[in-house]
Amino acid sequence: MSASPGVPPAVSASYASPGLAGETVLDGLRRLASRIVTLCWVELRKVRHDRSELYMRGIQPALWLLIYGETFTRIHAIPTPRGVSYLAYLAPGILAQSALFIAIFYGIQIIWERDAGVLTKLMVTPTPRSALITGKAFAASVRSVIQAAVVIILSALLGVSFTVNPLRLLATFGIVVLGSAFFSCLSMTIAGIALKRDRLLGIGQAITMPLFFSSNALYPARVMPGWLQAISRFNPLSYEVDALRGLLIGIPADLWLDTTVLACATAAGITAAALLLPRLAR
Amino acid sequence: MTTDPAAASAALAADPAAADPPGAVLCSALTYRFGAHTAVDHVDLRIEPGETFGLLGPNGAGKTTTIRMLTTLLKPMSGTIAVFGTNAAAHPMRVRRIIGYVPQLLSADSTLTGWENVQLFARLFDVPRRLRRERVDGALAAMGLSEPAGRLVSTYSGGMVRRLELAQALVNAPRLLVLDEPTVGLDPIARTDVWEYITNLRDGLNMTVLMTTHYMDEADLYCDRVALMHRGTIRATGTPADLRASLHDGATLDDVFRHYTGGTLDDDTAKGGLRNVRQSRRTARRLG
Repeated sequence: MSASPGVPPAVSASYASPGLAGETVLDGLRRLASRIVTLCWVELRKVRHDRSELYMRGIQPALWLLIYGETFTRIHAIPTPRGVSYLAYLAPGILAQSALFIAIFYGIQIIWERDAGVLTKLMVTPTPRSALITGKAFAASVRSVIQAAVVIILSALLGVSFTVNPLRLLATFGIVVLGSAFFSCLSMTIAGIALKRDRLLGIGQAITMPLFFSSNALYPARVMPGWLQAISRFNPLSYEVDALRGLLIGIPADLWLDTTVLACATAAGITAAALLLPRLAR
Repeated sequence: MTTDPAAASAALAADPAAADPPGAVLCSALTYRFGAHTAVDHVDLRIEPGETFGLLGPNGAGKTTTIRMLTTLLKPMSGTIAVFGTNAAAHPMRVRRIIGYVPQLLSADSTLTGWENVQLFARLFDVPRRLRRERVDGALAAMGLSEPAGRLVSTYSGGMVRRLELAQALVNAPRLLVLDEPTVGLDPIARTDVWEYITNLRDGLNMTVLMTTHYMDEADLYCDRVALMHRGTIRATGTPADLRASLHDGATLDDVFRHYTGGTLDDDTAKGGLRNVRQSRRTARRLG
């Protein structure tokens, strides 16, 4: 058999290349960017191979908007800024919530990769741990971005008038990416502690609802009791929702604060997950 | 009966040293402990460029731990391990660039196609964009997977997944190919098939191959040299023929192993056998 066609000679040029001896920060950043692109590419391929999940995931936000949203719009129980219907106020919250629900279970994939031996192989490629986690965090947001598009379309069908400014829409997706990156890192951190799929599922179930209800996704923080307001202030989901409301329906929001909090939370999440990664690869 | 480390290094010294001075793999006093258990105990080993080297021993002998230190997944607790002159603990990224690694478990991503699996590793190894297609297609062709490359890996047989993993390792054009139990869990036909591909690779590309196995017959057939590992130490090193001849006429590698390890191979394989059953079941479930 001709084993050689296309398989390059064994003497690898990369070994001798001088760039490897002293790697600069720029090399590191370039590699990080390359890993993010690669892992997002893989995630897109996976979505393409199994699209049923996308359709199923559309059901829950549709129910929230259609049943919960329509009903609470009718009874006027929750105060909203002047001229904004409750449904419009709710929609960005549901967008953030459904992106959260996807990201918070992303750790299951890394546990599956661990059990399948794929993770070990990834860790033997020239990819530093932090780059691997960062790549995966952004790959996790691929599904969230698709979900965000679905929720925006659903909301539009229900008569919510979101912004049509392309820059604001782009920023919306940017916020969704950051939020998902943080929550998927949280999930991968839990995966590094729990190590088992079932345990991660249990913990994930246990924390999603508290995260959701202690945020401003369903109601403004000012109607919460004092203790819940305090918790809400430490909940990254609140900042994500605040930014999305500001961008999509023009409610005054502190975009810089929101973005800074989400970015810092993501950086902390990447660090924690990267530190726990060796536990998974054992 | 145990051989002292001096005898092992004597066997190493007796081997005709090849041209490349640092050797493909060089371990000295390599040690790793899990709690009180010493998994790898002062291992000295030298693998020459271009040879197929077998690390033999029952499950729990310390083979996989040695491999994990070589592939930079574990840092040695003491001693050193160098790959083509590069210290694996000090320069993990550099070592990772020159090795191709196929782990014990069947570990291709079953939710991707064969082509996507190889493409993923081409990207992770920074194969330049202009070379990628050629490399990916070449590696798939070399493993006889051009035709099923577009199918999801969940439809592949065990032997095909193993060949796909070899393609993933090859796409980086590694100088050292590390195979951890390459034929565990495969049926005899797939096993012969996988070996044929590995042998062709080695002959065609002059690649150095390090593999672990507890199948003595395979080691005898396919390895240039072997080291017998037991309870964390190397008990003997040499060519399969020399090791057999040194024992008695008509001895098999199995006999040699029993001679050096005091006949405990059976107990250990029985234990390992159970673990392997569990492992292949897990694999079967995963691949649907």
